[in-house]
Amino acid sequence: MAMTIEAPALEQAAPPQRRSAWLRLRGWSRPALGLLLPLTLALGWEIYVALGYSNGRLVPPPTKVFSTIMELARSGELSRHVSATLMRVGLGFGVGVVAGTILGAISGYWGLARRLLDPTVQALRAIPSLAWVPLFILWLGIFETSKIALIAVGVFFPVYLGVMGGILSVDRKIVEVGRTFRLSGPAMIRRILLPAVLPSYVVALRVGLGLGWMFVVAAELMGASEGLGYLLLDGQQLGKPAQILAAIVIFAIIGKFTDWLIEVATAPLLRWQDAFGGSKGAA
Amino acid sequence: MLALDRVGKTYPNGVNALERFSAEINLGEIVAIIGGSGCGKSTLLRAIAGLDPASTGSVTLDDIRISAPHEKIGIIFQEPRLLPWLSVADNIGFGLSHLPANVRREKVARALARVGLADKATAWPRELSGGQAQRVAIARALVPQPEVLLLDEPFSALDAFTRRDLQDHLLDLWADTRPTLILVTHDVDEAVVLADRVLVMRPRPGRLFEEIRVNLARPRDRNTPHFDNFKRRVLTALDRSLDRSVPDEAGKAGAGEAMWW
Repeated sequence: MAMTIEAPALEQAAPPQRRSAWLRLRGWSRPALGLLLPLTLALGWEIYVALGYSNGRLVPPPTKVFSTIMELARSGELSRHVSATLMRVGLGFGVGVVAGTILGAISGYWGLARRLLDPTVQALRAIPSLAWVPLFILWLGIFETSKIALIAVGVFFPVYLGVMGGILSVDRKIVEVGRTFRLSGPAMIRRILLPAVLPSYVVALRVGLGLGWMFVVAAELMGASEGLGYLLLDGQQLGKPAQILAAIVIFAIIGKFTDWLIEVATAPLLRWQDAFGGSKGAA
Repeated sequence: MLALDRVGKTYPNGVNALERFSAEINLGEIVAIIGGSGCGKSTLLRAIAGLDPASTGSVTLDDIRISAPHEKIGIIFQEPRLLPWLSVADNIGFGLSHLPANVRREKVARALARVGLADKATAWPRELSGGQAQRVAIARALVPQPEVLLLDEPFSALDAFTRRDLQDHLLDLWADTRPTLILVTHDVDEAVVLADRVLVMRPRPGRLFEEIRVNLARPRDRNTPHFDNFKRRVLTALDRSLDRSVPDEAGKAGAGEAMWW
């Protein structure tokens, strides 16, 4: 019984205070390392333009982009465009996630439904989603509904696939444990399938959200009076590259932020994972 | 009493994995089932567990026919099969969800202490060694106090030291409530050290070949001539079971004991 030899005694040798300071430093250095490359490039371009090697008209230096953002923020235009885009992504993402989760769960759990449903869904998936645009505009008009529908379509497929694939790949041996404890159908779903599917579901949500951001640009480029996509188009038509870059930067920031929200919200549920990337918190 | 009456299993693909296996196993008895690969040992165990019900014959526990998992029958697999998203304590309490939380906590705490893992209650399964994980699996199966505990090569994935350690530990735990243990193994040493009876099976189709009673007092010393003698008997029976020219011993003597020595 006392056969396992464990070694925590060795690790306690380092003074705890110095160790935690070191850990904190390492915790900060990680995001800092990621910022190194973009900041160097931005700074380099800024200096390049400032020294007069380029007039920076087509590729404005970072300060110009930043001041454009500030100006948009001051005039209140920024919040109008951002909230319009956020609203579309939020609604489209919500609709796509709900539909993808429900249909994915049905075809993952129930073999007959899968044989009935999945071929059709896979065939629809093969259609480039932008091909729906003319039809959506005819059916749903040129305003919000058709845009949200397009985003929802983009979000739907990765979520559907993630949920169905997640359920299908749940380890049969783990399901058998549930059977030996005589779990009922709902209990099996709640206590075995849901937690087992969660990791791939989170990945599916993040992929879906990424596609949602992609499709909102497409939707807004095709005609909108507000939104970050409108800023892009407006910048192109009026020859304002700084405005285009400003919109791109804001897209990047908000996209990254919403992705981070999903990551942070689900991290406590996935602490149990034993994966290569899982050592982040433990190290 | 667990009664196996001419249990047979033919898989949908036509493979006849098990044929007319009969045995009666008393409460508190420890039975080892041993045999070459493909002799249907695991098939038999899964039929008793109700996971893959027999296609012919019957399994009855105290006159209740077993065709699906039953609360009085627990099973331990070759792998621990712990649920990775539950802490060690929650894994052990997995089969107790019908009990109030405080009763469950108390039972789990006692089981954790009993298997020597009280300090691992809040650990994740991934943080355990192979032997520790299998001990958690044993605790999880024993906590609902089954009458019959089935073990499907439970220690075969462990190193020799840990295996011996767990064999002794299993006997120790068994003494608490004395459930029936049915152990599938391919380790002769393990069969002789644990079992009151060793059932030797022969393959294609899987069936009972011979039954050997191990009447050695417990705790058993692995280093005595008596122990070696029983090991030799089991080994001889295993050799003969694979020799196709030897007729079934069990067949000749009916379902009863076949003491050919």
